[in-house]
Amino acid sequence: MAKNGSAKNVVEVRGLKTQFDDFVVHENLDLDLREGEILGIVGGSGTGKSVLLRAIIGLKRPAAGSIRVFGDDFYAASVADRRRIEQRWGVLFQGGALFSSLTVAQNVMAPINEHLKLPHALAVDIAALKISMAGLPVDAGLKYPSELSGGMAKRAGLARALALDPEILFLDEPTAGLDPIGAHRFDELIVNLKKSLGLTVFMVTHDLDTLYAACDRIAVIAEKRVIACGTIDEVLQTGHPWIEEYFGGPRGRAAYLGHEAEGQEEGRRAD
Amino acid sequence: MAAAGPADFDIGLEGEALKLTARGDWLARNLGRIDTRLRDFEDDSVGRDLIIDVSGIDKLDTAGAMVLQRLFHASEPRGGASAIVGASPGHEALLKQVEPHLAPVAVSPGRRNAFLMMLNRLGQGVVDAYFASLQILSFIGLTLVTAARVAALPKRFRLTSIFYHMEETGLNAVPIIGLMCFLIGAVIAFMGAKILKQFGAEIFVVEMVAIGVLRELGVLLAAILIAGRSGSAFTAQIGSMKLREEIDALKVLGLDPIEVLVLPRVFALVLMMPVLAFIGAMLGLIGGGLVAWRSLDISPALFLVRMQESIAMSNFWVGIIKAPFFAFAIGVVGCFQGMQVEGSAESLGQRTTLSVVQALFLVIVIDAFFAMFFLEIDY
Repeated sequence: MAKNGSAKNVVEVRGLKTQFDDFVVHENLDLDLREGEILGIVGGSGTGKSVLLRAIIGLKRPAAGSIRVFGDDFYAASVADRRRIEQRWGVLFQGGALFSSLTVAQNVMAPINEHLKLPHALAVDIAALKISMAGLPVDAGLKYPSELSGGMAKRAGLARALALDPEILFLDEPTAGLDPIGAHRFDELIVNLKKSLGLTVFMVTHDLDTLYAACDRIAVIAEKRVIACGTIDEVLQTGHPWIEEYFGGPRGRAAYLGHEAEGQEEGRRAD
Repeated sequence: MAAAGPADFDIGLEGEALKLTARGDWLARNLGRIDTRLRDFEDDSVGRDLIIDVSGIDKLDTAGAMVLQRLFHASEPRGGASAIVGASPGHEALLKQVEPHLAPVAVSPGRRNAFLMMLNRLGQGVVDAYFASLQILSFIGLTLVTAARVAALPKRFRLTSIFYHMEETGLNAVPIIGLMCFLIGAVIAFMGAKILKQFGAEIFVVEMVAIGVLRELGVLLAAILIAGRSGSAFTAQIGSMKLREEIDALKVLGLDPIEVLVLPRVFALVLMMPVLAFIGAMLGLIGGGLVAWRSLDISPALFLVRMQESIAMSNFWVGIIKAPFFAFAIGVVGCFQGMQVEGSAESLGQRTTLSVVQALFLVIVIDAFFAMFFLEIDY
């Protein structure tokens, strides 16, 4: 596996081209996801952030280029290899994508029962653990997805994504549609889980607060490729007009100030 | 560290305390084999001091950490000597992460008496059926009242929408309805030909085909196909609009969903169904006539003459008159079920099925009423 800096790359995208009929979404796109980091993907609406995520997790076949996950080319892998790779990642779709005919608990148990041959009682215990770890109340397991609020559906989706103890977690706009308190808690939850479970997180997001609070690195998609990738400071130094506008706009500045204030507070507490 | 392998453990004593020495990979997929043994030990360990030595564990995931913590917390409080020892920093963090989430989460509802539940379902079904029929009656009333109101204000008539649905439910259904009726007409003629030949009464195949197709089969087949084709489509369209809150959006914009969505569909269907029934009947006659010609040597000219002589025009009208009533039933039921969709995609599927079943049921019931009615008035 190629080394880049100190950490391994768990996902390597090289020369990716994706298109819908004649409409080219990405061209010559390169991206690395390093082990143990939280990578935030930003870009304007319609720049193909979600399409990139779908390409990596095997839902949108690229027109050209290669995508390596754990060193294997997913689209060239055999069916058995694909199943193995799929068990090593968890995906949280934008709306949660819970199976509407199953309860939350059954949703979480679905991948466990499908991939691991475990006694029912143990599967139930594991599902209960994941539901609780995703920050859901005790009685949520019995509810059907249609009875959940947007935030709860996301947490339930997260519980299902975590069911098999994945190494990579893919999140598609995890905080979109949550109230600020809920969004903040979700950020904390992701950072916590990353620390304690050693997750690598690939996150498509629009939420500037999330970018400051949770992400180790940021990749900016524009002009059909990744125009900048690195820490926020590194990305800002590229001076690309879209990036300037994104982070320099009123919301970007507010998120920056908020992050600074929080940092100082933490610094004081540390003293 | 111990050699990697499937999860396993040994039980021993350390002073007064029980000691569990874990080794191997404590990963979810390995835990199935030891879970029962572990639970047994859990019961044995209640009320005693317990030391869990995890230094022999090679790989640990949340499920492994969970079963260890479950064991440790199976009896609270454990005595002072109890501890989980020998964890590497990574495993320590994982064990800590899992600890607060051991509270039991309700996962499956409790079991109840099966017989009582059956009675409960039966009662619920009767009550539901009662309210469902009330609801559909009130929906029919609502549709008629809205239709009357719109009739008074012809400007609010949605012509574009009506024409669209006329094309969608009427014109586009012509090939399939025509083909079906053609084939059914041919089949009837074939059956008749075989039996009537034995009596030398081949010519009566004309009556058989004409009365059957004109009075009943043309319109009935058209109605059945439309119920399956358009009734279900109405439910799916309106139902998915309901799921995406489009119906609510219409309401707050001051638009009446009945007027915007239901009336054009029902109206288009009521207009097109007689046409479809007519086309069905004609193709049924052609199918029957062709078979009569090929296998009974009844020429088309003879077929037509015989029809004119012996088949009253009333047979044709009986068929056509029923068409708008069928159409109204199919359209209203389809739209009504669409409006009843709630919550999930599953509900949409259920309602779509229900819409077809109810529409077909109503069509047959209405047909039976008409049969009795025409019998009484001797038409």
